[in-house]
Amino acid sequence: MYELFKNLGKWLTSGASWSGSDGIAHRLAEHLQYSLLATLIAAAIGLPLGLLIGHTGRGAFVAINLASFGRALPTVGLVVLVFLAGGLSMLPVYVALVALAVPAIVTNTYAGMTAVDPDVKDAARGQGMRGHQVLFQVELPLALPLIMTGLRLALIQVVATATIAAYVSFGGLGRYVFDGLAQRDLVQVLGGAVLVAVVAVVLDLALSGLQRFLFRHRTA
Amino acid sequence: MIQFDAVHKRFPNGTTAVHDLSLEMPEGGVTVLVGSSGCGKTTTLRMINRMIEPTSGTIRVGGKDVTRQDAAELRRSIGYVIQQSGLFPHRTVLDNVATVPLLLGWNRKKARARAAELLETVGLAADAGKRYPHQLSGGQQQRVGVARALAADPPVLLMDEPFGAVDPVVRTQLQDELLRLQKELSKTIVFVTHDVDEAVRLGDQIAIFRTGGHLVQCATPAELLARPADDFVAGFLGAERGLKLLSLKTLADVPQGPAPEGGTWTLVLDERRRPRHWASKETELPVRPLRDTDSLLSALDESLASPTGLVARVDADGVLTGVSSRDDIHEHAGRAHTEARVAA
Repeated sequence: MYELFKNLGKWLTSGASWSGSDGIAHRLAEHLQYSLLATLIAAAIGLPLGLLIGHTGRGAFVAINLASFGRALPTVGLVVLVFLAGGLSMLPVYVALVALAVPAIVTNTYAGMTAVDPDVKDAARGQGMRGHQVLFQVELPLALPLIMTGLRLALIQVVATATIAAYVSFGGLGRYVFDGLAQRDLVQVLGGAVLVAVVAVVLDLALSGLQRFLFRHRTA
Repeated sequence: MIQFDAVHKRFPNGTTAVHDLSLEMPEGGVTVLVGSSGCGKTTTLRMINRMIEPTSGTIRVGGKDVTRQDAAELRRSIGYVIQQSGLFPHRTVLDNVATVPLLLGWNRKKARARAAELLETVGLAADAGKRYPHQLSGGQQQRVGVARALAADPPVLLMDEPFGAVDPVVRTQLQDELLRLQKELSKTIVFVTHDVDEAVRLGDQIAIFRTGGHLVQCATPAELLARPADDFVAGFLGAERGLKLLSLKTLADVPQGPAPEGGTWTLVLDERRRPRHWASKETELPVRPLRDTDSLLSALDESLASPTGLVARVDADGVLTGVSSRDDIHEHAGRAHTEARVAA
């Protein structure tokens, strides 16, 4: 056991494992690229949907059911399904990651919108704001803390799950996990897992710190 | 002027909120809508700026049918104050007040300058503008709400129980402030409350509603208190409506004479002839000097509290002008009552 951790430490700190096209730096960049792109696409779908449902109050069941759908979704199954239907490309990976991220974004955006004080919305309308002005000048800014929480949760989930890119032969930190498993190289498997966990935790801390800074004037 | 003509409001669930309402709210005057909850007073108010659409009938503001105007533009031309202030928590106080000017397309600098001016008008310190609403007290938030409603200088102001959520002391201050503002600005104000005393204090005209959206009586406070239309109105105004009537009359007409000397009690003055207290050989009692603008009700109250039954009268600087006797005050109170009840 001690030996294993010593080797893990060596692997993580040696210059050789960080450089090159299958080095940690490159794999990390790939991993972040997959994660950020998938989360951006999910945001482009989930934000307007959540805002629309929250602003109009129509289709609330969509927002609520999406949450449980998201929890029940078998990510690897989805990758395989799209892979079988569409062939080998990054598409199955992005479909799966986006499907994973959208529910968290929609439900949190919706929750943020419904948490806006009805008196404040009433006052906004009463001062003569039009629908889109109420949405962009009042509801959206007030829902922003929860919207950002949704984006953060989505990104963390996606980072943790983006290892599946390697499952269908692409890069990212999942490479170490799947290659390590194939080569019975436990150090590599563990190294990949630790890196993914560290990236997820660091992003989570950085983003919640940013949130606290941005919304320091707010009280609940 | 705001005119309601046969206005009816039925909600989709079948309840009638306002029943066949015809009512005029005079220009430059305060019309108070009172009644218990669910009587349609708030619905009536909210139909004026189309926050609620009437089922039938017409509402005119300044002669123009409100339903024929763009709702958002209409609302920008009407000030709107609600109970919980409804301030935008993510904007500074100054930007809250600048809301309507900005919606009207003013540039930011001009809008903020106007907002700063209004904060002063409603009695807030200039540095309050930089704060966020949650950093203010409830009373200050309501002042900001009033400032926001006044920002674009609208001729009409709608106030929906604006002082309902603040404590009685602050409430009285805010009422005084509103009366002072109204003297300067002469807005057409529609004010909703369930507090009869507030209605009597603020209203030039009071409209009393009964559950089901029926307007029962619309009259000046004095007329309402002296001659309630029916038992419902009388009951709503309460058992002390005679005393409330006296709160509307001043003691200017009550005769006054020189302060007596040599009795058991003497009125002690300071070096500038301002009353300090009543003094006997053994003890002192406080005095509450009254001005001509104070009400007959406070005079009656003071005449009961005063050990001599005499009320000290002072001028605007607090200098003694004379005293009035309990009998004179009582007689005037009685006469005021009779006049109000006999007047056509």
